[in-house]
Amino acid sequence: MQAKLEATRDAYGRALLTLGETRPDMVVLDADLSKSTKTAGFAAKYPERFFNIGIAEADLMGTACGLALAGFKPFASTFAIFATGRAYDQVRNSVTYPRLPVVIAATHAGLTVGPDGGSHQSIEDIALMRVLPGMQVWVPADGEEAYQMILAAATVESGPVYVRLGRQPVPRVSPEGYAFVPGTACVLGEAAPVAIIACGVMVDASLQAARLLQEQGIRSQVINMSSIKPLDKSLLASVAGRCELIVTVEEHLVAGGLGSACAEALAANKARPPHLMIGVEDRFGQSGEPQELLAAYGLTPERIASRILQALAQ
Amino acid sequence: MNTILLREKAQLMRRLIMQSIAEAGSGHPGGSLSLAEIMSYLYFFQAKLHATDPLCPERDRIILSKGHTAPVLYAALAAKGYISEAETLTLRKLGSRLQGHPDMRKLPGVEMSTGSLGQGLSVANGLAMGLRLQGKPNKVYAILGDGELQEGQVWEAAMTAAHYKLTNLTAIVDYNGLQIDGHTSAVKRVEPLADKWQSFGWQTVTVDGHSFTDLYRGFHTERDGSPLVVIARTVKGKGVDYMENVADWHGKAPSREQARQYAEMLGVSKDAG
Repeated sequence: MQAKLEATRDAYGRALLTLGETRPDMVVLDADLSKSTKTAGFAAKYPERFFNIGIAEADLMGTACGLALAGFKPFASTFAIFATGRAYDQVRNSVTYPRLPVVIAATHAGLTVGPDGGSHQSIEDIALMRVLPGMQVWVPADGEEAYQMILAAATVESGPVYVRLGRQPVPRVSPEGYAFVPGTACVLGEAAPVAIIACGVMVDASLQAARLLQEQGIRSQVINMSSIKPLDKSLLASVAGRCELIVTVEEHLVAGGLGSACAEALAANKARPPHLMIGVEDRFGQSGEPQELLAAYGLTPERIASRILQALAQ
Repeated sequence: MNTILLREKAQLMRRLIMQSIAEAGSGHPGGSLSLAEIMSYLYFFQAKLHATDPLCPERDRIILSKGHTAPVLYAALAAKGYISEAETLTLRKLGSRLQGHPDMRKLPGVEMSTGSLGQGLSVANGLAMGLRLQGKPNKVYAILGDGELQEGQVWEAAMTAAHYKLTNLTAIVDYNGLQIDGHTSAVKRVEPLADKWQSFGWQTVTVDGHSFTDLYRGFHTERDGSPLVVIARTVKGKGVDYMENVADWHGKAPSREQARQYAEMLGVSKDAG
């Protein structure tokens, strides 16, 4: 395990440079946020294949579609709040309805955007994207996984992919030799009576929560469900068959996100244990430092662990 | 330019528009009919298209941003021979390749799925950028409605096209002056059209959208390094006297009898099948 921290958006920037070299058909579009989304490195090295569309997210998505029609592999980037909210109809009707192979690499997702506040904290983007027929939704837990996801996204020809990236540096949680495969979860420990299924920055928080639970004698298994769509349904079914409690943890609204996706997949399962869904309840974010916000919204390792203990006691 | 051929093709398209919408029982005749000459001019003269292969990689691209007028697009594809006239009668039916709004995944020859207004010009921009990056000589044509210009994304895209100096792009505005709720001047004024486009960095030319020689003049405007918009003055419902300039015919189907009478009037009594 590497101790070094890397934001998933930085890993995205690294992956773009790799692809720039290996994929001459690949183009990048941004909406005046290239320094923040980390597409600026690609822009500097491959200016002819970079298109700044300005502060116009609807136009960003449509232009990406046109480049896809011309045979290019477009990566369209802006903040998650704008990619999925401001440009929703374009993502639905221009990108996804015609199944164009556009990669929407959206950064600054979730509460951990921090001081920008609730207007900029996308806590509903997973929900908005995963309901679109044919849209894949991937949420990397660390830089390594983000890097691999971007390389994987470049090979998807069948339709669009939404990759949810974060602003904050995060520690590596992926095991050595890990290889991201869409639709396959990454199991981070031995089978245990409690399964903690998380995505994004909540994977590390869940690992820490699992250690806290261990101190109390409670064994739990953390699963990085980074591919929310396609979802690893077979793993979910086997986990449901052997667990006493399923927990989902996400930096996203409880409504419509990872937890909902898992609940939908398990709903018809006879052997279904209780499911504790941890995430943002029905409210918007606010300004604050990332760690303060995670604490204020109940997404710290301590809070995750205590809610699991409560659920087990019921 | 063979204007007799172009006229014949436009009339054929009008007959197919009427018959297909009548058969469907719903659809948008007004803005389809106003485009008949423009589509005939593009598909049979201006655009470089393959005689039999709608997906020929070396083709020019025509994007119908005002996707609700799909019937004129299907009529053009039928006139071109890409689909049969009989298939136009499957418009809007379950399982048809001829969706209510164009679906590129269902019907080859549809360059882009459209229907949610305001989105086509952005796509045309991306295509024009891509073709230029590939060093291809192909041109891109984007057809917009005048009511559609009320969509903000059109103006985002207008800025983009000018910024990137997309000289391989031509936009066409079907300037028929009507939208669902009435005159554009009453619903929300879009004028001054040429001034607006010019201030966004475009070259403009205004033509009679029902005159082939005037369309030729417009499309052959000497380019100054900017994208070009051809503002085509048209009559909504053109060619069907009771539909002309009547907003109610924006989205109302004629009866089968009306379609039959129209075909008869054109002197083309042969059935589409």
